[in-house]
Amino acid sequence: MKKGIRWAFVIFVTPVLLWLFLLIVLPHIDLLIMSFRIEDDFGNSTWSASNYLNFFKEPIYWLTFARTAAYSILVTVLTFIVALPVAFFITKVVDVRYKGFLTMLLLLPFWVSELVRVYGWMILLRESGVINHFLLKAGLLRQPVEMLYNDVTMVMGLVYTSMLFMVIPLISVLDSLDDSLIEAAYDLGANMWSILIKIIIPHSMPGIVSGAIVVFMLTLGNYLTPNLMGGKNSLWFTEQIYNQFIASFNWNQGSAFGFLLLLLSSLVIWIGLKLSGQKLSKVVK
Amino acid sequence: MIRTLPNSGAYKAGFRLYMVLYFGFLFAPLLVTCILAFNDSQFPSLPWKGFTIEWFTGNLPERVGIFHDTINLYSIWVSARVAFFVTILSVSVGTCAAFLFEQEDFRFKQGLYFLMLSPLVVPGVILGISVLLFSNTLGMFFEDHWALDIGLFRPGFWLVVLGQFSFIATLVTLVVSARLKKFDRSLEEAALNLGANRFEVIWHITLKFLRPAIIGSGAVAFLMSFENFNTTLFLVGSEATLPINLYLQVRDGSTPVINAISFLLIIFTSTAALANLYFSKKDR
Repeated sequence: MKKGIRWAFVIFVTPVLLWLFLLIVLPHIDLLIMSFRIEDDFGNSTWSASNYLNFFKEPIYWLTFARTAAYSILVTVLTFIVALPVAFFITKVVDVRYKGFLTMLLLLPFWVSELVRVYGWMILLRESGVINHFLLKAGLLRQPVEMLYNDVTMVMGLVYTSMLFMVIPLISVLDSLDDSLIEAAYDLGANMWSILIKIIIPHSMPGIVSGAIVVFMLTLGNYLTPNLMGGKNSLWFTEQIYNQFIASFNWNQGSAFGFLLLLLSSLVIWIGLKLSGQKLSKVVK
Repeated sequence: MIRTLPNSGAYKAGFRLYMVLYFGFLFAPLLVTCILAFNDSQFPSLPWKGFTIEWFTGNLPERVGIFHDTINLYSIWVSARVAFFVTILSVSVGTCAAFLFEQEDFRFKQGLYFLMLSPLVVPGVILGISVLLFSNTLGMFFEDHWALDIGLFRPGFWLVVLGQFSFIATLVTLVVSARLKKFDRSLEEAALNLGANRFEVIWHITLKFLRPAIIGSGAVAFLMSFENFNTTLFLVGSEATLPINLYLQVRDGSTPVINAISFLLIIFTSTAALANLYFSKKDR
């Protein structure tokens, strides 16, 4: 009996350990090691911190890094502002009969590949696109305008892509907010603004934090949207990593960039968890 | 404010308008993509030149529909094969992990659990490059020490499968664990008392109970693998998966064939999503 149980443990633990160590732990250790090595012209590699020094010496690198981080924060804030009314409407305002249907409708676009969604925006917004066609027809424009390939469009695309990961936690957290709290505040004469600040937001904090963490991380690591919708001279940091790996074939430099991105994303997640006093295992659910 | 309180007409109307705009924003790109798949034009843009299904069935030199487009068809086949293997791997390993974390006690359980969650918070690009680096390191090691040249360690089909599996397995683990938590363990004890061994119990009782979660997470795993871009980008060899192949075409200009593929993808994924929703509802 006792022996049987240990055998079950071995069968469960072996594939899990193989998975986590061969595909997660060792590759990331390798990433760290590679980032501290350089190769000379003869293919000999030595230890060096110069990959990281390059990052700070070349303004293009750290500027891209800072820009990516700043835009990711902006996208997270915007996503929250757009998503909160949506979640509030579905949980508190709309007739209960339509709640399930609207939630399902909300999820549907996100099952479709990100590439298809970005492509949809491209054929809407580009110079020969659908929106330009209608604006020209309506006489609002004389000449077609290129609406793609700028930062505003890119930020909109990123907000669009990450919307789901903010709306869902907000809906689940607002579901647990007792209506009578809002009713009581209303009866005591509170206006909409103070209800929002004093009741809704404090109650939603766990949902806001988990949504914000996921949105921030996904935006930071996004490649498709900035690449296809952003301008040619405004790089995303993941594009820098791609360039080092695939175009320049400088894997050591690319590893250093990758490690810095990993560090930034872990740091922000850690700060978010500390500020809200939550555990990672709770947030991912 | 909320549905039980008196609301002004302006408040209600304003909120409704916001929701209409939001859903417009959500569905506009998908709708336009679908509609333009049927436009009788060489470019995926307006004006509307009439309805056609040639971008699906056509086989003319200047207009090859998706059903005759060998490159795109082949990439769909590659993606389907990758997704198949990723699903099999993630479901089996994820179910093992669910049993491990829910039913076993051992040292470092907390640490290992944290490690299992970590792929969710590592950007996909980083997972891609680290798996690429490590497989390259292993490949060089094998070549230097035993003069073995192993194809698995070079970018290609199996590396894509492993890279995607590394984070999709976490997802399966979470879904299956959530269901396993609800399992009444007295059923297991009863079976053990009646003389079944642990594996018979798992096979006949626990896995039966887990079946909906396993099928559901398998479907999600398939879809996530089929659509994955970030991790695949660094691991892909000569056989491009569908997202990679579409990306290259979209970047270098586009034809309505891409709309036709997108249309098929949208139909396929929304059917799968609705079916998944239906079965998980029915299950509860």
